[in-house]
Amino acid sequence: MLQILRQIARTGIVTENPPAPAHDRVVSARLQERIVRTLGRALTIRHVDAGSCNGCELEIHALANPYYNIEGLGIKFVASPRHADLLLVTGPVSKHMAIALQRTYDATPDPKLVVAVGECGCSGGIFGESYASLGAVRNVIPVDVEIPGCPPTPTALLEGILAAISAAKPAIAGNAGNNANDDSSAAPEA
Amino acid sequence: MDFSRLKFATAALPAGVPARRCAVDGMGLLTSCRVAWEQGAHLVGLWGSDDRDRGRGFTIDVVVRDADGLVMFEHTLPDVDSTYPDLSIVFPAANRMQRATFDLLGIAADSDDQRPWVWQASWPIDCYPLRRDFEALAKWQPGQEEYAFVRVEGDGVHEIPVGPVHAGIIEPGHFRFQVVGEKVLRLEERLSFVHKGIEKRFEGMSAATGHRLAGRVSGDSTVAYAWAYSQALEAIAETTPSPRASWLRALALERERIANHLGDLGYLGNDGGFAFGLSQFSRLKEQVLRSNLELFGHRLAMDYVVPGGVTQDLPAGSRVGVADECSMLEREIRVLRDIYDEHDGLQDRFRLCGIVAPELAAKLGLTGLAGRASGQPHDVRCDFPAPPYGTLGVKIASASGGDVAARVAMRFDEIAESLRLVRAIVDGLPDGEFTVDVPPPKAFRKGLGYVEGWRGPVLVGLECGPEGTVRRCHPHDPSVANWPVLEHAVIGNIVPDFPLINKSFNLSYSGQDL
Repeated sequence: MLQILRQIARTGIVTENPPAPAHDRVVSARLQERIVRTLGRALTIRHVDAGSCNGCELEIHALANPYYNIEGLGIKFVASPRHADLLLVTGPVSKHMAIALQRTYDATPDPKLVVAVGECGCSGGIFGESYASLGAVRNVIPVDVEIPGCPPTPTALLEGILAAISAAKPAIAGNAGNNANDDSSAAPEA
Repeated sequence: MDFSRLKFATAALPAGVPARRCAVDGMGLLTSCRVAWEQGAHLVGLWGSDDRDRGRGFTIDVVVRDADGLVMFEHTLPDVDSTYPDLSIVFPAANRMQRATFDLLGIAADSDDQRPWVWQASWPIDCYPLRRDFEALAKWQPGQEEYAFVRVEGDGVHEIPVGPVHAGIIEPGHFRFQVVGEKVLRLEERLSFVHKGIEKRFEGMSAATGHRLAGRVSGDSTVAYAWAYSQALEAIAETTPSPRASWLRALALERERIANHLGDLGYLGNDGGFAFGLSQFSRLKEQVLRSNLELFGHRLAMDYVVPGGVTQDLPAGSRVGVADECSMLEREIRVLRDIYDEHDGLQDRFRLCGIVAPELAAKLGLTGLAGRASGQPHDVRCDFPAPPYGTLGVKIASASGGDVAARVAMRFDEIAESLRLVRAIVDGLPDGEFTVDVPPPKAFRKGLGYVEGWRGPVLVGLECGPEGTVRRCHPHDPSVANWPVLEHAVIGNIVPDFPLINKSFNLSYSGQDL
């Protein structure tokens, strides 16, 4: 036990400041100012690998390391889409993952955001569209933010995720409180 | 291997390691595999190719590894209705490779198991993507298949389906457990969810840029794949990379090994309930990746290894920084290893969990890191050292416990050896060019690349086409042989230990699925 405490004390805090959100990455107008008001800066993310080579996953893992410390920003990854505010989707969408991705999207309650990760998520990447690959994530489900890169660095990922939650729409009238009975919870069409 | 028992002639095969090729007929294929098995050889890969446009029917290529190198048996099937012998009676790992070959080419092994492996109701049943007359850009709606999982009957037996979408940030695959209470009676995997049509995508591509696709078969092994692809092309084009290029490639490969092992050690601690481990190891891994950005221009060194060499030279003055970083890592990891070894709770999870006994490992062809932890001491860097490994010498890590603890110990041992190699590389880096030109390869020449990636040996089989294109490329992941062994490793363990056992293997889904 002492050895563990000693190591923790020696390591200290290495967390760096988060980057500014990249507003030029916002692609759709589905974002709601209400998300920011309701959620503040906290967010739960469900990651879905729809066909990636696993490179993007490595950089997403890095977000949880002490340098980027995504949990320190109030953002955490969850196991169930039913608990998620944002879907972080990697890879070109392989044919064999299309149904699973659609079901995950449908199981995510509104209001929700979708961020497509990497060259493959944005455009199908080197795999493109074929008998086995449906290409970009936006070909299968609506996407709010796209983060290019092969793979995108953890900094680029954070910029994209923060862009998704901080971009604002003209205010929607409605309570910031109780969501369950709220009529204005349906996302307005873009 | 002693070829005198076989009545077939062998010839040299261009490859990154010693390799021979041997054309065989149907019975000869089975006999050759039996002889190879008796002499201690193991199956590395099996794939097919459509050569009807050259009047040669379909070709089945079977690559085995013996004490001397690789041997590729080539067998021709005259037409679509011909079959070849079931090699899984000699090499169990051949089962899924044969099923995949059927799904992609429509040529079958004479086997009782004709279940699809790649196909998931995703294209019409009598269409075969790797046939040359297949419309590659044709689009079909994805369907939903009914896969014939083996059920276990009995009182209190339950079935637990998991995936393809998994709880954590990992690749997708389906696991079907048969359990009594928490105890696993049987596990069956259904993979191919991230099948992206990589082999079809290779066809017609410029061979000079094929390393980019090879490096994206499994992103965590991008250096190993790009190197194996480059080896195959260079062998076909009869080009030898410069010494400096080989040493720099090894630098990238060893750092890839270190980064992945650090990440795994963190996650293995986490899966055992020890979040401190994840925090410490992920911190160290981040430092390695940041240094990689300076050394190679990319945190994962993706696209750094190219045919002919590497894309850039080491920045001037890197030697001291790299040596210091090695010293720092050695110090930190020594402390962390002590903490892991002394932590009773963690060791209680690791020890005797997910055991693969050496006899089973040998029978099933368990390869790479997991194989070494189960008494299969094979490592391409030691067995067939291509430059610079012959000069550097690599001490092989091995254990025989075959449990999670053994696979953890492998990672610690291999990090230590890789840090020693990284130091030796920057100290002894030869002068000269970091890349050479590779002339356009001749059409219809075949070659192999074989590189010890961090999980195990990566094989790339390459056949060039006219005008410097790729005619056929089969990238082969060590995970293909290892995935079936995981089904054995979990038997008798409890379901909550599955993430730990799975992570201790950390097999590639994308490399398996192609």
